[in-house]
Amino acid sequence: MSKARIDARFAALQAEGRAAFVTYVMSGDPDYATSLEILKGLPAAGADLIEIGYPFSDPMAEGPPIQRAAQRALGKGMTLAKTLQMVAEFRQGDAETPIILMGYANPLIGWGFEAFARDAAKAGIDGLIVVDIPPEEADPLADALDAEGLSLIRLATPTTDDKRLPVVVRRTSGFVYYVSVAGVTGVKEADEAALAPHVLRVRASSVLPVAVGFGIRTPERAAAIARVADGVVVGSAFVDEVADALAMNESVTARVLSKVESLAKAVRSARVESLTV
Amino acid sequence: MNIETKPNDYSAYPDASGRFGDYGGRYVPETLMPLVHELDAAYRAAKADEGFKAEMAGLMTHYVGRPSPLYFAERLTAHFGGAKIYLKREELNHTGSHKINNCIGQILLARRMGKTRIIAETGAGQHGVATATVCARYGLPCVVYMGAVDVERQKPNVFRMNLLGAKVEPVTSGSATLKDAMNEALRDWVTNVHDTYYLIGTAAGMHPYPEMVRDFQSTIGREVKAQVLEAEGRLPDAVVACVGGGSNAIGIFHPFLNDEGVKLIGVEAAGEGMETGRHAAAINGGRPGVLHGNMTYLLQDANGQIEEAHSISAGLDYPGIGPEHSWLHDVGRATYLTATDLESLEAFKLLAELEGILPAIESAHAIARLGDVAREVGKDGIVVLNLSGRGDKDVATVAAHLGRQI
Repeated sequence: MSKARIDARFAALQAEGRAAFVTYVMSGDPDYATSLEILKGLPAAGADLIEIGYPFSDPMAEGPPIQRAAQRALGKGMTLAKTLQMVAEFRQGDAETPIILMGYANPLIGWGFEAFARDAAKAGIDGLIVVDIPPEEADPLADALDAEGLSLIRLATPTTDDKRLPVVVRRTSGFVYYVSVAGVTGVKEADEAALAPHVLRVRASSVLPVAVGFGIRTPERAAAIARVADGVVVGSAFVDEVADALAMNESVTARVLSKVESLAKAVRSARVESLTV
Repeated sequence: MNIETKPNDYSAYPDASGRFGDYGGRYVPETLMPLVHELDAAYRAAKADEGFKAEMAGLMTHYVGRPSPLYFAERLTAHFGGAKIYLKREELNHTGSHKINNCIGQILLARRMGKTRIIAETGAGQHGVATATVCARYGLPCVVYMGAVDVERQKPNVFRMNLLGAKVEPVTSGSATLKDAMNEALRDWVTNVHDTYYLIGTAAGMHPYPEMVRDFQSTIGREVKAQVLEAEGRLPDAVVACVGGGSNAIGIFHPFLNDEGVKLIGVEAAGEGMETGRHAAAINGGRPGVLHGNMTYLLQDANGQIEEAHSISAGLDYPGIGPEHSWLHDVGRATYLTATDLESLEAFKLLAELEGILPAIESAHAIARLGDVAREVGKDGIVVLNLSGRGDKDVATVAAHLGRQI
């Protein structure tokens, strides 16, 4: 049933003729209560799908913003179990917005893939992105997620050539996440001119929608990506708002949601504007 | 993890997907996966190339100074009152440790692959120095990631790397030690995939590194085998080595894996004591998980967060261990003991006083268990210890622990 929630959302947006806005936040950053409040506010602020990072001590593909977010969350005692609890609380008020967990292998391995898939499905999670489980190592996890109807969403990158793309999209469902730059999150900027052919290439490799992430921080950039991709993922920019709000003693929730609103607006109007230009 | 059956041929591992039983594998982000395959193919081609082997052998002889001696430690033997003790003198290699063996192999591979920039991680600085050395030798730019804590406690090695033309990047994220240096090196690699070669210093990480580093370090065990046969006419009863990531240990163990009569003993760092929880003993104090590209024993909490390792030795201060060691432990082919900081300091002094050799504080961990092993093997026995590095770099640390100003 969970794959259905992702598929339904992309189908609805496609009918509307616009790209999905996918927001990434770190669970438990800066603390459980605030993080839950942000999560609950995301759909109204314009998030079409939500990616929730679960913190890991050694996030090898993250740039400094998300590394620090994970440290803040872990410092406040955040765990994968509490992340599931947070999603379950969110689900009490929202049965529509797809939720995708994103993180690293080790916390899942201790839990056990089968047990984790069951508990995640029960909490209302729809899919999983595991950064350090490439297709070559993914079958045990994919089997466990399949059994519970959860999507395993794979990353394709600039280094994924045409020969390898079929390996990446095999057993992927929901959507394909195209990493727009070779690098860590939140550092290099994505270049939409160079991006378009890659999005077409990835889209041609399967029937799935293609969302683009890594290095998208501004409304202008988000709008530009929304013109070429089926979805736009923004993460580090929101995580930075958490850090800035903490530093300036402002409301974290208000700052994050206001940033989400400004980027959501850009994504929603991107194709309309491009038609009128 | 699962109780596994002993294989008939240990040297047949890892399998094509990089597995030693349940351990190993290639747990890396997609951006790196095509490079990991490229590296694997390049390594297999090099391994089969006589020209590569000849070039490597020439450098090992004339640049590194191999073979390293197998030295009968007469006074140490008398002191322990057990088996005859031989020391494999890897500390006499160029740059002062076994690390250079692997660096020679990998720099030649990087050149074959047309890579123009080298990155590495280092803990104690021994691997960083060895990498900086081979980069200087071949005129390649070199960036070494080193935890800020380690930069502080291994200043002489930082300066040595600088003299060799390498840039040392202090890493302040996480616990600012070796695991964080490895995270940062991986982040660099992900960002600079096209021109950069990641020269990993231990027999851990994603396949093919554990196999490749083991192969390059196995020259240690092959020499020991020939040397001990010449000196004693038979194989040793036990081989002892310290284990952090485990490259010196797997290098001396591997040629003996199928000689079941030879006991293989690794010594992990027990830091302030296993009971304190402040240690670096992944097998004795951890459980299997995934970090830095491989499935292996790791120090971690109940929620799967990696815990910081603690050891007086920067080179052993790592929460994981190479996957082949995890497997050898599970199948019972090797035994993993521990030695504390204090026991290692005592062993450091002992070797200095009895044999006139300052061991690296890493290697001193193995020496700390040597008496137990020698007595267990008994007077007619033979024990070989891998003296993996020299201790000049540790003099300040040892002085501080002895409360002495230098």
